[in-house]
Formats: sequence, structure tokens, C-alpha cells
Amino acid sequence: MHVVDTRAVPSRARDAAPEDVLGLAATRRRTTAWVVGLALGLLATMVAGIGIGAFSVPAGTVAQVVTHHLLGWPGERTWSAPMDAIVWQVRLPRVLLGVLVGAGLAICGVALQAMVRNVLADPYLLGVNSGASSGAAAAILFGVGAGFAEHALQVTAFLGALAASLLVFLVARSAGRVTSVRLLLAGVAVGYALYALTSFLIFASGSAEGARSVMFWLLGSLGLAKWDLPLAVVAVVVLGATALLTLWGRRLDALAVGDETAHTLGVRPERFRLRLLVVVALCVGVVVSAAGSIGFVGLVVPHLARRVVGGAHVRVVVVAALMGAILLVWADVLARTLFAPQEIPIGIITSLVGAPFLLVLIRRLHATTA
Amino acid sequence: MIEADDLSWSYGPAQVLQAVSLAAPHGRVLGLIGPNGSGKTTLLRLLHGALDSSTGSVRVDGDRLAALAPRDAARRVAVVVQESGGESTLSVAEMVLLGRGPHLSTFQRAGAGDHAVAAEALARVGMSHLASRAFAGLSGGERQRVLIARALTQQATHLLLDEPTNHLDIRYQHEVLGLVADLAHDLHRTVVVVLHDLNLAARYCDDLVLLGDGGVVAAGPVDDVLVPDLLEPVYGIGIERVRTDDQLHLLFHPRTPTQEDVSA
Repeated sequence: MHVVDTRAVPSRARDAAPEDVLGLAATRRRTTAWVVGLALGLLATMVAGIGIGAFSVPAGTVAQVVTHHLLGWPGERTWSAPMDAIVWQVRLPRVLLGVLVGAGLAICGVALQAMVRNVLADPYLLGVNSGASSGAAAAILFGVGAGFAEHALQVTAFLGALAASLLVFLVARSAGRVTSVRLLLAGVAVGYALYALTSFLIFASGSAEGARSVMFWLLGSLGLAKWDLPLAVVAVVVLGATALLTLWGRRLDALAVGDETAHTLGVRPERFRLRLLVVVALCVGVVVSAAGSIGFVGLVVPHLARRVVGGAHVRVVVVAALMGAILLVWADVLARTLFAPQEIPIGIITSLVGAPFLLVLIRRLHATTA
Repeated sequence: MIEADDLSWSYGPAQVLQAVSLAAPHGRVLGLIGPNGSGKTTLLRLLHGALDSSTGSVRVDGDRLAALAPRDAARRVAVVVQESGGESTLSVAEMVLLGRGPHLSTFQRAGAGDHAVAAEALARVGMSHLASRAFAGLSGGERQRVLIARALTQQATHLLLDEPTNHLDIRYQHEVLGLVADLAHDLHRTVVVVLHDLNLAARYCDDLVLLGDGGVVAAGPVDDVLVPDLLEPVYGIGIERVRTDDQLHLLFHPRTPTQEDVSA
């Protein structure tokens, strides 16, 4: 005698569309609203980010300069040459880099939190930033990588990031498997070792000015943004990683539940985790090389994204990318304007805003689950 | 049909299973029973490929499981594991829809047909009303039913369950196992289920494999395996077998080891 009849389709499922029974229609509407809203918000943020500064530019002019350069319309310049240079040469690349860095850090945070099933994981878990810092310190203090001319800093930082993540892989990997715990511990250990190396480089150089530059770089800055190859590389890598992680949404969902569950759903957890590691290491490596290690964005934004659109990663990745982008552009606006003409490192802003925010989230998390 | 031949597994130096062979045919429920640590869960993991036996092989409908593409394997074999996923941020509906993953390509999104399958599975386990709730907010028993719905959503011809009655109250223990038995008997699925409760095994399984001390102690129809002479040495407890209304029941009574046990 079973209450559950396996043959009869229950009346609710027959009468209502399955999507409504599953409660998915509401989720879809909410997601669409958030994505559209955030996309518009990002556009407004970019215009504001370009307009605001020591030399302020009206939104209309910003739009005109950009369309003039991109589309050749309006053909006639009605604004001054310095204003054109400020918008097109200085602020637009900087805002674009902010968008890409914010999005990149946010999606890598999402991927890593799913991968190690720990909501406190952030993109720097893999030791990528400490490797990049050592590379940057070597470049700034000792002229390492001078062969790469104007891009010496970015290239050595990226090589440092790559070396660090490779080291973390190798330590965490055993018999072809990378487990979450080994990855966390290896990341922490390599991070500390490289932090010591960076400190030693600063100490050994004996240059106060150099130490200050390294410190500034460590705390992050979008000041290196230009229309150049590094910006293009960041764009390709971040957009590519976002697309990949969106396509991998269901697999991330399965992996976030557990290795065994992932396996039963046709996802090989070890293989998938390795692929994720490569994508994340590359993305964070490129981002950190371009902008230094900007904290908290990759940690906090995934939480925010999950709060508004739930846990399915296909939605979380897109929403987190948009939120990260908006957040970082505004953080940069503050960094540029708060103590103008002095610029403060953007990492100070993101940490100042991010830390209390995280505390609030933790309090709420505690209230709902315990 | 799942056929396992000569499976072995050891955790480090501890040999858990040695040279285990079994067959789970269509349309029948095969129960894996045995005391704690006898390797029931390990055997189930070997059967769905989460662990690879160093010896022997597992065949699903004649094809070597290890040679199947992961998603192909997941379309044939659905598993309810003990992993709870209690920290997942998915809703119940999303959790169940994960079962459609093996049927969808990377570029495909779940469509109306997939939603219908998931909705029906949820209805079958009596969880439709909680579809939009957060999975992590459910009780243990509710979660278990959702995980069974996810396995049903995979529409696999083989269903493996690791102690599916854990966390369930008595009513749902019977409902879940009744549902699982119906899948085997009416829809000719292959069902393999790890069970602790021997009376549930007696009621819902057709065949049993009794594991003890690294290998198969007995295998065959329920009636032939659930006999005190076989069970008592494996479980170390006194067992009495009674039959009422053509239903087998086991009664248990603790006992101190007798001289025969020591010498055996």
C-alpha cells in the first residue's frame, strides 16, 4: 500500500505548466530583471566613471566622444582636444579595465567558491596574487623583465602569477587528483612563501621609493590602463572565461553539491576541477598583472549575486560579472577623487567597503541557517 | 542489467572487498546488506564507477562501464548517494533539474520537456509543494526524497541507492522503497539498494547479497539469504525468523557469544 502512485500523473503537474510547478518562471523573470537592470546600471556607471574626475566631463559629451571615435558620428568635434584626450585616451581605457577586472575577479570568485565548496574562497586562494606581487616587485625594484620594455611590469607579474599557480597545482595534485582541502592548504602555503619573498625583495633593494611603488601596486590600481596590448589581453581572457563559466553552469552546480554527486551526473570532478583551475589561474593572473591585487571583490560579489538570483551558476556568473564591473568602476572613481589630486590604491576602497559588507552577510547567513 | 565480476577494493592496507561478483537483472530489486564496515557502500561505488576496481569489471547492459563516456553512463545509471549537499544554494526544483544534465549538451538549456520530467519526479516523491524552496532549508527526510526525484529525473534504466531510508520516518521508508520496487517491477528498471534494515530488505527486495568480512557471504533470493544460520555469525546477534501473511519478518535479540561462535 503506497501513498505514492507511480503511474498517475498528479493533478497539479497536469493542470499547471511544469515550469510553474517548479517555480522557475518567477526565477526567470527575476533574473531577467536583474540582468537588464545591471546592464543599464553598468552603462550609466561607465558614463559616470568617464565623466567624474578632477576635470569633469558632461555625460552628453562623454557619449559624443565615444561614438565619434567608435562610429565616426558626430563627424565634427564640438569639444576641445584636451577633453577628447581625457575621455578617449585616459578615462575610457581606465574604466574599461575596471569593468574587466571587476568582472574577472567576481566570476573567478564564483568558480572557486563552487570548486572548493567554501563560501570564504576568493580568487587569491591559488596564490596567484602573491606570485604576481613577487614578479611585480622584481620588476619594479630590480628591473627584471626590462626586455619587455613598457610592459615589463605586467609581463613579470603574469609570469609570477603563473609560476605560483603552477606550484600550487603541483603541490595540491596527487595521483592525478586535486582535492579541495589540499588546494586550500597549498594555496595558503605558497602564498605565505611568496609574500616572504616579496618582503625580502623590498628589504634587499633598500629603496624607499621602490618600496612605495611596490606597496602601491600591491594594493591595486587601474592607473596603468592604456589602449594597448595588455588591455586587449585582459578583455579577451575575461570575456572568454565568463563565456566558459556560463556554459559550465550546470557542471558547476553539480560540483558545488559534491564530488560524488557530480560523478553520478556525468561530470568527472577531478578533470573538471583541473579545467576550472586553468581557467581561473589564467584569468586571475591576467587581471592581477594588469591592476595589482584588489581585494574583496572576488569574495563579496559572488555572495551578492547569489542573494539576488539564487544558486544556479549560469545566472550567478552573469550577474556577478555585471556587479563586479559596476563595483570596481565606482571604487576607482572614489580612489581617484577622494584625495584628489592624490590617488589612493583602489584595494583600500574595496576593502573598506567590502569588509563591513561581508560582516553583514555573515550575520545574515548565521541568522538564516542556524 | 548490471554484472560485476571479480571486484576488489582496499583503503590503504585495509582490504574491504575481495573478488566480489554479482548480477542485478532487469525488473528486480537487489539489496546489498551486511554490518557496518562490510563494504556495502564501497561496492555500490564500484558498481557505478565512482571507484575503479583494480581487478575485474562492471558491465551495464553488456557494455563495460569504464569504457562509457561519463554522460552516457549517467544516462544509464542514476545514483542516490549519501552526500547530502546541505550547503548547496540551489532550490529544490534546480536540484531536481540537475538530473537532466546528462541529457543536455553544453549549449542546451533545460526545456519544457525537461521541466515536465522533473515536475513529475517531484510529484512522485510528494515534494511538488516545496519546489521553489531552498534545498538546504529542508529536513533530512525531505532532502532524501528530493535526491530520489533527481535520480528519477535522470530517466536511467538502472537505479542505485545508498541507504535511501536514512533520515526518513517509517511512513516514508515504506513509500520510498515501495516506489523503488514499483520502478523495478512495473517499468523493468534494474534497482540496487544498500539497506541496513533487514525487515525492509525482506519486504522490498527480490534478491540479496550479504556482505561480511571482505566478501560475499551469501547471495540469492531473499528467502534463501535471510536465514538465521547465515545472518547470525555475520551480524553477531541472535535472529529469529517468522512468517505472517506470506511476509518474512526477522526478530533480533542480543546475546552473549556462545561456545559455538567462538569456535566458528
